[in-house]
Amino acid sequence: MSRYSIFSLARNALTRHENWPQAWRSPAPKREYDVLIVGGGGHGLATAYYLAKLHGITNVAVLEKGWLGGGNTARNTTIVRSNYLWDESTHLYEHAMKLWEGLSQDLNFNVMFSQRGVLNLGHSLQDMRDITRRVHANRLNGVDGEVLDAAQVKRLVPVINDSPRARYPILGASFQPRGGIARHDAVAWGFARAADARGVDIIQQCEVTAIRRESGKVTGVDTTRGFIGAGKIGLVAAGHSSVLAAMAGLRLPLQSHPLQAFVSEPIKPVLHTVVMSNAVHAYISQSDKGDLVIGAGIDAYTGYGQRGSFHTIEHAMEAIVEMFPSFSRVRMNRQWGGIVDICPDACPIIGTTPIKGLYLNCGWGTGGFKATPGSGWVFAHTIAQDRPHPLNDAFSLERFASGRLIDEHGAAAVAH
Amino acid sequence: MLLIDCPWCGPRQDSEFAYGGQSDIARPAAPETASDADWAQYLFMRTNARGLQREQWLHAAGCRQWFNVERDTVTYRISRVYRCGEPASTDTDPP
Repeated sequence: MSRYSIFSLARNALTRHENWPQAWRSPAPKREYDVLIVGGGGHGLATAYYLAKLHGITNVAVLEKGWLGGGNTARNTTIVRSNYLWDESTHLYEHAMKLWEGLSQDLNFNVMFSQRGVLNLGHSLQDMRDITRRVHANRLNGVDGEVLDAAQVKRLVPVINDSPRARYPILGASFQPRGGIARHDAVAWGFARAADARGVDIIQQCEVTAIRRESGKVTGVDTTRGFIGAGKIGLVAAGHSSVLAAMAGLRLPLQSHPLQAFVSEPIKPVLHTVVMSNAVHAYISQSDKGDLVIGAGIDAYTGYGQRGSFHTIEHAMEAIVEMFPSFSRVRMNRQWGGIVDICPDACPIIGTTPIKGLYLNCGWGTGGFKATPGSGWVFAHTIAQDRPHPLNDAFSLERFASGRLIDEHGAAAVAH
Repeated sequence: MLLIDCPWCGPRQDSEFAYGGQSDIARPAAPETASDADWAQYLFMRTNARGLQREQWLHAAGCRQWFNVERDTVTYRISRVYRCGEPASTDTDPP
């Protein structure tokens, strides 16, 4: 791997930037690997990277049915934060946050992580009580957080509608200054390049069609490019996790829903932080390019179609225009949908399965992007050691039988 | 936007309805002997089908009746709407 630096930039400028090496190889699949990662999104690529970097397992292939980061990695609204309510999730997301803070240097790839702060608005007294409780819980867990009143919110976001006569008046917010956004494509590309440099094979256009097992243990997968053997297989397929797990005879507590988002035409800098509202279910930030990046809620029905209903978009837009009346004449450039795998308790499943050598990383639902490095880090540990790391121990598939759910849905009213 | 043909009210847009998930999930027949794993299957585990799926809908802003829909989860095309109690399979449809 040729290192990216100011010197390589200058050197390549001399040859008119026509001789940059490709960022990663596109090898033909080998007959056998030590570990197969199914799913070439951010989480899968991060898993492969940490397997190679921290556990010395480099005979690894990442299988992707489309192209790298073409699924939810490229379809989210790129918000990063770690202000969850319960200890288990706070520790997991805070671990990810710490990795984010050094990620560009670690990968030698600018993931444009920008800690511009995340506001979660409160519109009612109960919202404010919940926010206060969550900020206290965060601080006890060593996560930064402040409770702001309406005037402090207005100072931070001058364009916000602070009228007490608004349909959902703003009473205050929680603020996590270390939260922010990152460049989603760069995250996939950075992990892919760094994993490739350590010997990981990244195989695109390779769809898994069956998972082969012998006496309760995985032996490999059939793909559109032939059989590939492996003793360990990690499934990291987000919305398609149920489909893959069914190939191994497993049923999961997941429901795949369409989730939509949109970006506006680029405008001058107007919004310097991330603003989220659970009550009206909308979230917004402004990218470095100037687009307003806006996320909607999920559609009620399940679907794999990567598109949703128009009234869901309309609902999110109503909320945004209510909060930011001056955005009412900004035109939207693009709109898209992704398929999110929702767990009953709004927390992921990361761990082992009843089938030996098969590992699951799914159920991130609407908020997986923020966890990308942490998710790969704990999943790599789980695969390498054949048991979960203390950080993801509570996120097992067994919790649905034992009843030890981690109820982020109800407790924190978490939007993503 | 889905256009759902409510068996009582006729075709209406999906914003009038509430979604009830996969149909025909049977409660454990003998609850007192069902294991934790059985309960987990009943409460949480779902087929989450990619393709044809039978599912329940409630006409929340209309007649407030539950009914069943057979829908393709990739194309979102609705192939059949039938009332609760009617047979699920088209093979056994009354003439």
